[in-house]
Order: sequence, then structure tokens, then C-alpha cells
Amino acid sequence: VVEGLALLDLGVSPYAGAVFHETPLVIYLFHFLIDYAEMVFMITDVLTAVALYLAIQDFNKVVFKKQKLLIELDKYAPDVAELIQTPKEMHYTPLKVALFYLLNPYTVMSCVAKSTCAINNTVIAFFILATIKGSAFLSAVFLALATYQSLYPLTLFAPALLYLLQRQFIPVKLKSKGFWLYTMQYAALYLCSLVVIICLSFFLLNSWDFIPAVYGFILSVPDLTPNIGLFWYFFAEMFEHFSLFFVCVFQINVFFYTIPLAIKLKEHPVFFLFVQIAVISIFKSYPTVGDIALYMAFLPVWSHLYR
Amino acid sequence: GGMAAVALVLLLLLAAAGPVWARPDVLREELLLSPLPAGDVAATFQFRTRWDADLQRGAVSHYRLFPKALGRLVAALGIRELHLALTQGFWRTRTWGQPPLQAPAGAELWVWFQPTVTDVDKAWKELSNILSGIFCASLNFIDSTNTVTPTASFKPLGLGNGTDHHLLRYAVLPREVVCTENLTPWKKLLPCGSKAGLAVLLKAERLFHSSYHSQAVHIRPICRDASCLAVSWELRQTLTVVFDSFASGQGKKDWSLFRMFSRTLTDACPLASQSKVYVDISPKNKEKELLEVTPPPASLYEAVVQGEKRTYAVYDLLSPLLFNTSRSLNVQLKWTRPQDSSELPTPVLHAHRYVSGYGLQTGEISTLIYNTHPYRAFPVILLETVPWYLRLYVHTLTIITKGKENKPSYIHYQPAQDRRRPHLLEMLIQLPANSVTKITIQFERALLKWTEYPPDPNHGFYVGSSVLSALVPSIIAMKEVDMEQSPLFTSLFPSSDGSSYFVRLYTEPLLVNLPTPDFSMPYNVICLTCTVVAVCYGSFYNLLTRTFHVEEPSRGGLAKRLANIIRKLRGVPPL
Repeated sequence: VVEGLALLDLGVSPYAGAVFHETPLVIYLFHFLIDYAEMVFMITDVLTAVALYLAIQDFNKVVFKKQKLLIELDKYAPDVAELIQTPKEMHYTPLKVALFYLLNPYTVMSCVAKSTCAINNTVIAFFILATIKGSAFLSAVFLALATYQSLYPLTLFAPALLYLLQRQFIPVKLKSKGFWLYTMQYAALYLCSLVVIICLSFFLLNSWDFIPAVYGFILSVPDLTPNIGLFWYFFAEMFEHFSLFFVCVFQINVFFYTIPLAIKLKEHPVFFLFVQIAVISIFKSYPTVGDIALYMAFLPVWSHLYR
Repeated sequence: GGMAAVALVLLLLLAAAGPVWARPDVLREELLLSPLPAGDVAATFQFRTRWDADLQRGAVSHYRLFPKALGRLVAALGIRELHLALTQGFWRTRTWGQPPLQAPAGAELWVWFQPTVTDVDKAWKELSNILSGIFCASLNFIDSTNTVTPTASFKPLGLGNGTDHHLLRYAVLPREVVCTENLTPWKKLLPCGSKAGLAVLLKAERLFHSSYHSQAVHIRPICRDASCLAVSWELRQTLTVVFDSFASGQGKKDWSLFRMFSRTLTDACPLASQSKVYVDISPKNKEKELLEVTPPPASLYEAVVQGEKRTYAVYDLLSPLLFNTSRSLNVQLKWTRPQDSSELPTPVLHAHRYVSGYGLQTGEISTLIYNTHPYRAFPVILLETVPWYLRLYVHTLTIITKGKENKPSYIHYQPAQDRRRPHLLEMLIQLPANSVTKITIQFERALLKWTEYPPDPNHGFYVGSSVLSALVPSIIAMKEVDMEQSPLFTSLFPSSDGSSYFVRLYTEPLLVNLPTPDFSMPYNVICLTCTVVAVCYGSFYNLLTRTFHVEEPSRGGLAKRLANIIRKLRGVPPL
């Protein structure tokens, strides 16, 4: 980011080179905040933790209500008793989630390194909060922002949609009109906010250069600097002839788990969200340890399933 | 009267049919021997062919002294200026002084195209391929990954204004090696070949047994006369070689033409209109002459060259007096007294570049520029071309002079694009008098795809020399010299006023190691990555598609009953 700002100061487009691959909104943000960079990253981590805390708190209330209803309706088998959450456990789960995120060494590492992954995590956390609170508009806006930053949160559209449908008590049937109506509304909100954000970026730097530099870079993987992902060593040793084919295979691999998981986990959209975030952070083209920190933070929510 | 009129008319007609006749062309050849500090000697050959024809307009079909290969190249590709240099070795400016004409190590090609050329990149590519054929050098490796378009450093040296720098292309191949097969086609372009005149001395086995060898071809348009109404084309072929006193013989410091080239001069090229040998006999510390030259020269020539007053002994090969006493000319240089190291003159401007850092991830390129002039400050343009796989971070660029930061007055930075173009950094830096300026920039090393490594990847990757162009103020005022008559070194770079002279210096090329993947492991790597993906995919597939059925315990078939009987006999629980 510092390099991008320096290039901007020299009058050269930051995307003219191959070093800078962040979105224009990040440049704009750091143009003002570059002197307080450490504070900014600490604040984003705190915001992420707070957002996760509030989200899980709300989610737990819903789960508790459902659990109570099912106990009263006697739907659980008798030997499931140790898997049912007690109110005392559920009281502490949001705190555990927030602490899991803040105290995770990976989070600390990405804060010290001042990696922009922290900003991505904050946006996704706010998106989760908005979804769980049930506000479709805010959820669509934050999802558009997250997709704009790195392309992969696009796959989080499905779990968010499922959760919101569940909250509105609209059954997920392919023939139901209410289902399609709601889906269209949500998709329209999402696409419009995405278009607005992209046009805003265009007007910030007066060029469309950022699209190949940000999204083309994520999709075509030209830079092979070693990282914790799968792509770099594979493509360093790949024959040129096949590299396009394998790039496509690897990218499809990330997006492809959404539909089977949606079919299987349609009653548990928050778990689906968690699994999707985990899949993204393992299979994305340039993962960082900050992505791992985000999905690890969710583990306490389902800790009751582990005997 | 009538006959005279008819003759006059015929003459006029013939004069009007000028294009049919061959245009006049002139060849001048010069050799300059200059002794360097530390006992080495530098020999610079220059062959200038000037042709009063306009290569651009009209098809010229009759070539006499100007080589046809280059003439047709200039006409076909719309070239305004061409400069090609092939160099082996590095000119040590600090110990040898300012060079007459320096070239960077490897191959350097820079060309200005005519404004009529529409697709400059295509013409550039064709040009590099044709030149690689003419000179037997691998200039066809010049492509967009090592070509840049400088904006300030390479102004045209011939006629014409250089405002549109999109017509300029510059490329350098630091890894090129120069050898005999590059010298032979270069010699073939000379009108006399290597059979007569000064080119007789150019024998490969001696020329390449040297510390520095540089051969260059410069083509440019010049004014035909003082009024500059018409354009002539000048082809200048220069060859500079530095003979090392240690490498070529027993530490004795006496030089002669025979000792340097294992040949002597027997005659001048019959096609040349001027053929001279100059020996630099300037006294270094103004007391006594340092050098004794035999045979005694016919005349002496004094000039102010590169800010210093110099005296040259002149041998004119075309004058009949020269070969009166002996049939061959063997100029011998003897040192009259041993040299003190305190006499080594430091040039006004010299530079040094190196790479620092540890590990294979990051590094730093540092350039040190020295201005040793006691009281004058002058600006210098620095041009750096760094390949794309060393990612420069321009926010780490620092320029420090005398402990304080020095902000350049002009920066042009074009960042690299992976696999498409290199970094270009041009800066105009003011150098205060008697100072050292340090320019540092940090970079990060990229991991390349395994097919992009050369066959010897641990040798390292070369970074081409950076170019420093400056108008250095001279201590002695220089007067305007006639471009045609003056010896080699002053007429290539026109000087606008007498108080400064133009100098173009090159720094050392750098050798940088890049991280290498394990080349023996492509299959293993692919298997490993695919295993990870398959494990993940397999687990997901299982979780998503596995359904559980309750299985009724059955009595089983005959085999099972038999097995149960045997188990009961053994005492093991039944199936």
C-alpha cells in the first residue's frame, strides 16, 4: 500500500506496475490514515471481535429458542443429552468467540505485519453481523464490499441468503414464488451495491486499470511468491501449455463447493457460512494467515458437538 | 559558339540527371593510442564514412564506401539514428580516466526512428533481428522485456530535434559475450576490409587478449555543410581496446604496435581520404614528458579534449614522407621515467554501483556517484533499467549527498509489468562540488516459472548497466572545433558551448541471484498439491453424499456359519 501511495505521489498510476494489487478504496482510505497505520489495524481487529461477539450472541439466542422448542416437542433422542447446550455454556460462547479471534497468534501476526487482510476480515465480520441481525440491505452492502476487496466472498451469498430466508420463514423450495422473490430482491441489492462501489473506484482514480490489476491478478495468479497456499509451487513447476487449464481448475475448485453444501446444509446456514469461509481460506489463490484466524474464531460456537 | 552552347546544354542536362551518378562519399580513418595510468595502453580506432546522399528519400542503388547492408536497413525501416555497441569487459573510469566513448558490458542498441514510422515496436523487432544476423550476435533476444523508452537520457546525436521520445528505443543485453565471430562481420563493413590501412591491425587473437574490448557502429544524419540545407549520412565504426601490461607480457611497460597487435602498418587504405595515427603524449604533471615516441612524429597536434589540454603526436599515413625510411610503421612508446601513483588523475565524474542485502528475498541496489570537481556543481541524468523479476519499491528510493537528502528535480518512473516490460527509472540529480551521492533503492526477488530460468540458474541474472549522462564543466575553456577535421572523440558529442563537455558513463552490470524452485521435483509437487485438493474434495464428497442405512443383523450364509463353528472351537466370539 505504501508503494501504491508513493506511485500516486509520483504521478504514475499505482496499477501500472505489478507490485500493487489493492483496490482503490484501500488507497483512498490509507491516503488519510497512513500515519496512524498501527492504530488503524488495532482498531479493525477490535471491530472484528466486537462484530463477531454481537453476531454470535444473537445467533445463540435463536439456537437456544429452537433447541427449547425441540426439547418441548420431544424431538431429541434420549442419548443426545450431552450434545444439547446448556444456557450457561451458551452464555459464554460469544465471549469465547471474540477472545478466540483476538488472542489468536495469527491475528496478532497479521496486525503486527499490517496486512490488509485485517480489513477484509472486518468487512466479513460486519457482513455476518448484518446477516444474523436480519438486515438484508446491510448484509448485501457488506457482502458487496467484501467481494470488491477479494473476489471469493461471492460464495458467501448462498449461506447469507439461506439464513435470511430461514429468518423470514420462507421455505426453500424451487417452485415457491416467495423464495424466488426474496432471492431476486437480495441479489438485486447485492449487485447494485457492487456496481456502485466499482463505479466509485473508477471515479477515484479515473481509470479502469484496477480491474485487471485486482481481479485479473486474483484469477490468473501471475505472481508466484511463496505463501501458505497451494497455487504457487504448482504453477512454478507447471508446463506453460497446461497452465491455463490448471488455473481454471483451481479457481473452479474454490467456487464449486457452494452448491452441494447449500443443498446439504440448508437447515444450518451459519454452519454453512463457517465451512464456506474455511474453504475460501484454504483454496484461495493468495491466502494469508489472517484468513485462518477468521474461521478459527468460529470454532467455539460448535464446541458442544465435540465430545 | 554553337558547339559551346550545345556542350553547355549537355553539361547542364548531365548535371540535372544527378541522381544517376554516385554521390560523393568520404572515408577517414584514425587510430588513437593513449597510455593509461598503471602502464596500460588504450587503442581507439575510428572509421568514419560520410556519404552525401539522402537515404530516406528515393531509392539509392549505387553503394560505394557505405556498406549496402546498413544503407538498405536505414532506408527500409525508417531509422534516423542507430547506435550499436558490443563490449566485453568494463572501463574502469576511476583508474583509467574518462573514456572517449564508453559502452556498457554486453550489447547495447539504441535507435531513433523517423516520425514517418507508424509501428515503432514492429520496426524495432525487425531491426534487432536483422542486426543480429548482420553482426552474428544474439540481438534477437531483445524484446519488450528488456526494451525501454527513455525520456531524457538519449537525445539524438545527429540532426533533428528529439521531442517525441516515443520514437526512441533503448535495450541492453548484459549477458552478451563478444568474440571473433562478432568482429569479422564488423570488419567486413569497412571499405578496405582488413586488408589495407589501419584495419590491418585488427587481428582477433590479440584484440580479445585484452582487458576491455568494445566495438560500435553509429549511424546518424549530419549537416552536409555549414548552411545545413542538405543531409549527409555518417557511419562511424569505432573499436576501443585496452591492453593490460600484466596480461600481455612480463610486466614490461613499453608498448609498440607490433607488441599490441602483432602487426605493423604498411600503408593507408587507398579509398581513405585521411588516415592518421595519433599518440597521446600529454605531459601529466607539466614538467617533463612522460613518453618517448619513436619514430619521431611528423607533427604535433594540440587540443583541449574533455576539459584537459592534450598534445598528440601525429603520423599521417597518406603523406609520402612516412614510409621513406622503412616500409612499415611501428610506433613505439617508451616510458622515460617510472610512473608515480600520485599522478593518477581522478576523473571529474565517475560512478560505482553494487547490490547489497542478504538472502534470496530482498536486496538493495546502491549507486555511488562522485563529483571530484573542486568548485563546480552540475546535474547528471541517471537512467536505470531493472528487469521485471526484481521488483523495485520506489518508496524506498533515497538519495543522500553529504549526509543530507537530495531531491531530484525530475523523476520519470515506469514500473515493470510482469513478463512484459522492465522498470525504467530516470532522474535528474544535482551533484554539489566535491561530493559523493548515494542512491539506494530496495527490491524484492520474484520466483519465476521453471521454464523461465536459463540453463544455469545459479549463475545469477544480470542487471544492465545504468547510464549517467552529464555536461561536465571543464577546467580549461574549449573552443569550437570543426567537426570534420577534429579527431575522434570531440565530434561525436556536439558541445554547445566551450565551458562543458558531454560525458556518458556506464556503471557496472550487476549479477543477482534469484530463488530457484527445485527443478527435479515437478512431478512430486503436482502430486503433493493434487493430494491436498483430493483429500479435501474426498472428505467433502463423503460428508455430503454419504447416507446411513440401518442394517439388520442377518444369520448369514454357509460360509459364515462355518466360520462361526471354527471360531466357537477356538474360543473367539462369533461374527
